[in-house]
Amino acid sequence: MSAIGEWRPTQLPPGPPMQSGPGRRSSPRSWRWVDRLALVFAWAAGIGLCLIAGAIVIYMGYRGIQYLRPSLLVQRPALSTTQSGSGGFLDPLIGTALLTVIGIALATPLGVCAALWIAEYGRPTWLARVVESSIEIVAGTPDIVIALFGLSIFQLGVFAPLSFKAAGGGVFGKSFIAAGAMMSLIALPPMFAATRDGLQAVPEHMREAAYALGKTRIATIRRVLLPSVRSNIATGVTLGISRIIGDTAIIVLLLGETLRLDPQGSTPVVGLLRGTGATLTSYIYGNSPAGEGAAPQKAYAAAFVLLVFVLGLNLIVDRIGRSSADATGLTVAGAVV
Amino acid sequence: MLERLRHPWSDTRAERTLGAVSLLVCAVVVAMVVFVAIHAWPVFHYNGLSWLGSGGNVGRQIAAMQTTTQHPPPSAYHLRAWPLVYGTILTTSIAVVLALAISILSSIFIVELAPARLRRIAIPVIRLLASVPSVIYGLIGILVLVPFVGNHLITTAEKESVQNVVLLTGAGLSVTVVILTVMITPIMVALICEALVSVPNSWREGAVALGVNPLRAMLAVTLRAARPAIVAAAVLATARALGEAIMISMVSGGNSFAPKPIDGLVFLFEPLRTLASGIVDFREGIGAPALGSTLYAWALLLLFAAFVLSIGGYLIKLPLRKYQVRG
Repeated sequence: MSAIGEWRPTQLPPGPPMQSGPGRRSSPRSWRWVDRLALVFAWAAGIGLCLIAGAIVIYMGYRGIQYLRPSLLVQRPALSTTQSGSGGFLDPLIGTALLTVIGIALATPLGVCAALWIAEYGRPTWLARVVESSIEIVAGTPDIVIALFGLSIFQLGVFAPLSFKAAGGGVFGKSFIAAGAMMSLIALPPMFAATRDGLQAVPEHMREAAYALGKTRIATIRRVLLPSVRSNIATGVTLGISRIIGDTAIIVLLLGETLRLDPQGSTPVVGLLRGTGATLTSYIYGNSPAGEGAAPQKAYAAAFVLLVFVLGLNLIVDRIGRSSADATGLTVAGAVV
Repeated sequence: MLERLRHPWSDTRAERTLGAVSLLVCAVVVAMVVFVAIHAWPVFHYNGLSWLGSGGNVGRQIAAMQTTTQHPPPSAYHLRAWPLVYGTILTTSIAVVLALAISILSSIFIVELAPARLRRIAIPVIRLLASVPSVIYGLIGILVLVPFVGNHLITTAEKESVQNVVLLTGAGLSVTVVILTVMITPIMVALICEALVSVPNSWREGAVALGVNPLRAMLAVTLRAARPAIVAAAVLATARALGEAIMISMVSGGNSFAPKPIDGLVFLFEPLRTLASGIVDFREGIGAPALGSTLYAWALLLLFAAFVLSIGGYLIKLPLRKYQVRG
């Protein structure tokens, strides 16, 4: 109390008259030089990132238009010493599509079920936390480690019928099934995160309304919650697809990097799934100077096609994910797109 | 059977089914650790922890492994993996430090400085940069950057100075780090932007009202509040950089050589190999038991690092939840 009693107003020197009207924007010219330097660097970094991205797209586009011929998309690759004779990349395109289908078909039920269980049931709490952190661990595991894990699993005698076998009977653990199963692990985390965030965003009163009508929890999930998170699941699936088509490490270890689709056995579909093959990414890798092919023109053409796919998926996420995208639109469901 | 499935499910049954499916993920994680560890076991059993040390020529040690028989003697597992561990730490740490600076600055740019029209361009562009597959980065690196560095940045004198030790082609530390930085920066930008936006606006407005200029308010208040998110972003980026295999295998020169800072400027151009890129490089030899086991040991090391980073990331996010800031 005494402190307030001792307080005396000090006489302020007369300052400049207060400006009225809209607030005055502080001009960088009046800032300290440190702040001005930071300003310059921030602009440079932001613009620089955009320029790098632009340069990559423009360069790949230029190379793509230079080397991509429509015939490349429908010709099968062939073994040849010249770039004109080595065919197109029909088989890798089919391989990418096949793997995407397998991976998504395995990852979607897994991701959606896990998200439903965590968001709607989640008992006991510690078990839910364990599940959540194992998905985080899967998300943080390098794809090359997942590939080696897949190799060790599918080389087991039990799984031998699922993968490519050498003439002598040795199991190599390489097949579309093996690669697809590991791809589903890569697609799982974004799928799970997108669905869970969607479920958590559904207002509680919708659930309460369903319970009030006498619906059970599972009926609520099927009739109310799943329909309302459809767009989130779609976002998750798209993110998963873009992970799968962009992955190379799993392909080079688990799909055998054969030039053409190489079915195992004569049964039509099963043989293909048990066989080896290539995808766009492994085709690019094999045709770059790092691989055996060393046909940079083909690699550029395939890379252009891959980049177009990725761009397209980005646009799709933009379309369906706009409602579910987070504040800046940079991440969807907490996952970087 | 089908009749039972068509019947409306009871809640208990649904809960158990969904729970069982979720537990499958845990089983996969456990299986992953167990399988990789089992395959890596002989290496650690025969070498002990000196496996991580340095000594000898890794290339020659691995070549010796490839020639061993189906049941190799313990001596066949001999390897000193330090050059690869060092290469991994070196590339990852430089790239993360560079990316951290760039991403903080560009996040400030996107959130605070950029005019609305520029922001509408920058956000999709950065998302695109995050989703470009690593093999395309590798392709650009090996076909554009490596020849450029090899032909224009390395002088003949520099090449001759180390020609008895390594061959300088342009593929090496500098190209690897540059591309790695470009690959991980967008991830960090996305997470940092998210955190900067979710810091309450009034905090910053309070600072501005006290006469601080908007940029300084951003740096001193918003960025400070978002510190845990920045660390979390760095952790995520580190995990990504550690595990990058294909791109590094394409542009690093594929030589198990530890770049030496003592070489001066040449250091930047020396080839290297990381744990992840080593697995890709030697994948053909995985049939040889000794080499196969060694590859699994590298994978186990990566898995361990990923675990540590996961736990670290979780611990760092804890104080964030207190402010209800999403990271």
